[in-house]
Amino acid sequence: MARNEQNIIQNLDWLSVLIYTACVSMGLFNVYASVYDPEEQTKLFDLSNNAGRQFMFIGTSALIVIAILVIDHKFWEVFAPFIYGACILLLLVVLVVATDIKGSKSWIKFGSFSLQPAEFAKTGTALLLSQFITQPHINLSRWKDIAWTAGIILLPMVLIVASKEVGCALVFVSFLIVLYREGLPGIYPSIVLVAIVLFILSLFFSPLYISLGLSLFGLLVYYFIIPRYDRTKKTAINLVVIFGLMMFFTTSVEFLVNNVLQTHHRNRIKVLVDPKLDPTGIGWNVTQSKIAIGSGRLWGKGFLDGTQTKFNFVPEQHSDFIFCTIGEEHGFIGSAAVVLLLLGLMCRVVFLAERQRTRFARAYGYCVAGILFFHFLVNIGMTIGLMVVIGIPLPFFSYGGSSMWSFTILLFIFLKLDAQRPYTLSRT
Amino acid sequence: MSESRKFYVYGLFVVVGMIFLFRLLYLQVLDNTYETASNSIRAIPDVPMRGQVYDRNGKLIVFNTLVYDLYVTPSKVKVADTLALCNLFKITRPKFDSLMQAARTFSYRKPSLFLRQLSKQEFARIQDALVDYPGFDYQKSSIRTYSAPTLAHALGYVSEISKKQLDEQDYPYYRQGDLVGQSGLEKFYEEQLRGRRGVRYVMQDVNGVAKGAWKDGEMDTVAMAGQNLYTSIDLDLQQYVDSLMQHKAGAVVAIEPSSGEVIAITSAPSYDPALFATRDFSKNYTALQKNPYRPLYNRAVMGSYRPGSTFKTVQALVAMQEGVIGPGSVFSHAGAPMKCHPHGGLAGVNSAIQWSCNPYFYHVFRRMIYANAEKNAFKASSIGLKKWHEYTEKFGFGQKLGVDLPSEAKGVLPSVEYYDKRIGKNQWRFGQIYSLSIGEGELLITPLKLANLAATIANRGWFKVPHLVKGVGKNNNPLPEYNEKHETGVARYYYEPVVNGMEMAVVRGTVARGAMIPGIQMCGKTGTSQNKKGKDHSIFIAFAPKDNPKIAIAVFVENAGFGGFAAAPVASLAIERYLNGHVQRKAYEAEWKNKNFLQNVILPRSQQPKPKNVAPTPLKPEATIVHQTAPKSTAVPAP
Repeated sequence: MARNEQNIIQNLDWLSVLIYTACVSMGLFNVYASVYDPEEQTKLFDLSNNAGRQFMFIGTSALIVIAILVIDHKFWEVFAPFIYGACILLLLVVLVVATDIKGSKSWIKFGSFSLQPAEFAKTGTALLLSQFITQPHINLSRWKDIAWTAGIILLPMVLIVASKEVGCALVFVSFLIVLYREGLPGIYPSIVLVAIVLFILSLFFSPLYISLGLSLFGLLVYYFIIPRYDRTKKTAINLVVIFGLMMFFTTSVEFLVNNVLQTHHRNRIKVLVDPKLDPTGIGWNVTQSKIAIGSGRLWGKGFLDGTQTKFNFVPEQHSDFIFCTIGEEHGFIGSAAVVLLLLGLMCRVVFLAERQRTRFARAYGYCVAGILFFHFLVNIGMTIGLMVVIGIPLPFFSYGGSSMWSFTILLFIFLKLDAQRPYTLSRT
Repeated sequence: MSESRKFYVYGLFVVVGMIFLFRLLYLQVLDNTYETASNSIRAIPDVPMRGQVYDRNGKLIVFNTLVYDLYVTPSKVKVADTLALCNLFKITRPKFDSLMQAARTFSYRKPSLFLRQLSKQEFARIQDALVDYPGFDYQKSSIRTYSAPTLAHALGYVSEISKKQLDEQDYPYYRQGDLVGQSGLEKFYEEQLRGRRGVRYVMQDVNGVAKGAWKDGEMDTVAMAGQNLYTSIDLDLQQYVDSLMQHKAGAVVAIEPSSGEVIAITSAPSYDPALFATRDFSKNYTALQKNPYRPLYNRAVMGSYRPGSTFKTVQALVAMQEGVIGPGSVFSHAGAPMKCHPHGGLAGVNSAIQWSCNPYFYHVFRRMIYANAEKNAFKASSIGLKKWHEYTEKFGFGQKLGVDLPSEAKGVLPSVEYYDKRIGKNQWRFGQIYSLSIGEGELLITPLKLANLAATIANRGWFKVPHLVKGVGKNNNPLPEYNEKHETGVARYYYEPVVNGMEMAVVRGTVARGAMIPGIQMCGKTGTSQNKKGKDHSIFIAFAPKDNPKIAIAVFVENAGFGGFAAAPVASLAIERYLNGHVQRKAYEAEWKNKNFLQNVILPRSQQPKPKNVAPTPLKPEATIVHQTAPKSTAVPAP
């Protein structure tokens, strides 16, 4: 046993651990900078402010890491259904006993601190999903198996949406990456991608222009890309049907935006389309966020010397908009470093996943990479005005105990599986 | 089969990463519209004026004067002509360099204090030129100003908050550079006096040009002015007492018995409180600290002395209440180890007090200690002292009374545990502690407590805790604990023989003849406090008039000798001044104002030779009688 543990330490992927540590400590200092008020006595390690509490969350994360490294690697695969079940149960409990925080009913309060089960549901779902889709008899091009897989993903999503945390629920879309890697026909991600492109296009252009453009595109495809022997009536009809479906989607976007979404969701989309729309009202977040980042210039204003990310100029500056503080105080150098660090971590996780000997570990690695990527894409994207504002944290940087712990658990389960790799027999 | 799909995943990650990097490059480096659009918010603190302090007749004692503090932000400073700047600020080039260096060491980007406490006139001269020097900014501030150079110890002083205080505050309120009460009333009533700081948030563009209030002032907090203190001090009597105590070391505390209000409180030698409100604070403080007569030491509440014979009043009261003697009990000199001075025959407690007969109180105390059934002398002493301690404790000895001044000393009222610890359990008996009977031995009390004893006897059995402040702000009441009556547990009729004895002591007893006040019935008791260093301290407690007393007083004069000799005249003159408003005995007054007892004070070896035995100095006008006066402030700043 002792020897085994020593080997765990040796086989642990220290590059990932190093990137994790760098991210977490940079995050702590930036949380401190965002709550720092030069007129007051703000101390870094004071539990009465957010920086002090963040420090405590990081400290407890270290304990969690030790626990995960000690627990046997088989536990996660074998107990995946139970962990998933527990997460679902928690999500159900939260719907009943939740405390209302900023319009969202997803927090359970324990005395002075609150827990968000939705954050942990990501890990639970990732575990069960990896276990389920890597069973030998599962084939992701079969309708029945796809339906089961979709069920596993959709159940927590629905519960999270019910607790009014749409952003957190959207993260589950990232599981498309693992499904794609594990054999889901390429058509499904393509459909999602086309839908996103069409959605964005329909926000900028009227359906008429889109239909003209699509027809032109279809004709080009028909005459130049599809080989002559395939230009049959059947192909033409297929193309027309696809065109029809796309147009249906395009026209329904407007209906979707105006009738299904809530006002504040609609506003966020409108702001993305037209940043100059009402900069002191609904565009305030994005405008201030961009001003803060933009005013950082190349080298930034210096640690604690930011002016935009103080006094709640940028809303949620210590949690979802922590990237603004980095951009303002450390400039392009700092924000590029953060982008590269997270990008490096995601690529490293994919690299590690590919060298796994069990399919379960590989699939789980892809889940981790996917979740990190989705947060990276949406969080940084929204602060620089490339994404709709969706309130999800920047992994390892944003303030918050639930997110700090859940990302730590998510990553270190994978690192534990990876460290165990030399001792597992082969790919099953 | 689908392993090649990993490249699509890598591709997706890298493409998004690249898009972000280019977007950031554009936002932060290439496009500068966002930099110019940036508004920042500056929090401007609004420090309210500190509360003022009034005396019992509504005279102003402490108020504020507006001054200007000059701040410098090193990162913003661009000085073309340093010499011109030095001339403007009236400082030398090396001084300027050292101030700038100090500011840079503190912080390059944050403002730090450059010149402090410029007067209105000094500021007016440089205000217009200031715009030419970026990086220099000013803030209004105020300094404490005193209408008379008195009450330094009781008022205390205000100074910049220390690093330690800054770190140890319970609720983070103070910031670097804030002024905070450091002693006296300024410290005790700090929270009431300081008010509450407000803050205004102002938006600025990148060039520091104000663009109006942020969020229409929604987040601003309004400053709350400090509350005034209405003290019970009689400024006229206070200054009069000061003048009596010149050339002397000691303390005077005068209390209104019915309310516990302190009318005058002096610790001599003293200093001008204005010394600590100038830029030269640290220089002045060091000078006073080095002074061998310890002018910074508040003898009135911190000085611990043996009460001497004044304590006999307590002994008589406690013994009568306990029933070991009656008002008419008589003891002879025989059997007592201490000497006595010549006096006539005794006729009970009153004449024992009148003549301050030492053997009498030896016997009284002895009876009290052995008034129990225990045969063993050691055990009996313990039982007796325990009983005695329970009684005397109720007079407020051996504990903090709770006056509204910080650093009040507890004094010592020896208990059974005290002797058990020092000598050993059941190892001591009356023979070792009999000095307590005449207020000597291990007993230590402060002048304030002795004044409280005088007030207690004046009230015939109860006291209210002495306090200096009878109203805070709009609320015209003292703190609730000062309205509470404390009973001594000694029956009222036992006070009569003691009061009569004190009256007779003044008329024809231990008190020097000149201390009698024409037309006023004063009751007093002398005390001679033995001490190891030099001559005895002279002590006197008194109250007047005998019926319905208006003032109770305790006077300590260090190394002045017998109690009736030095302390009694001071008390007598102060009482006359307070009750009649003027003093008839002009020659007597002049004599005691000029008496010098400071020369008797024995200084520590290192500070010898002791001052020359100078002839009495001529009488000075009352207003200027202080130990040291504030120098004229100059334009040279403190480092």
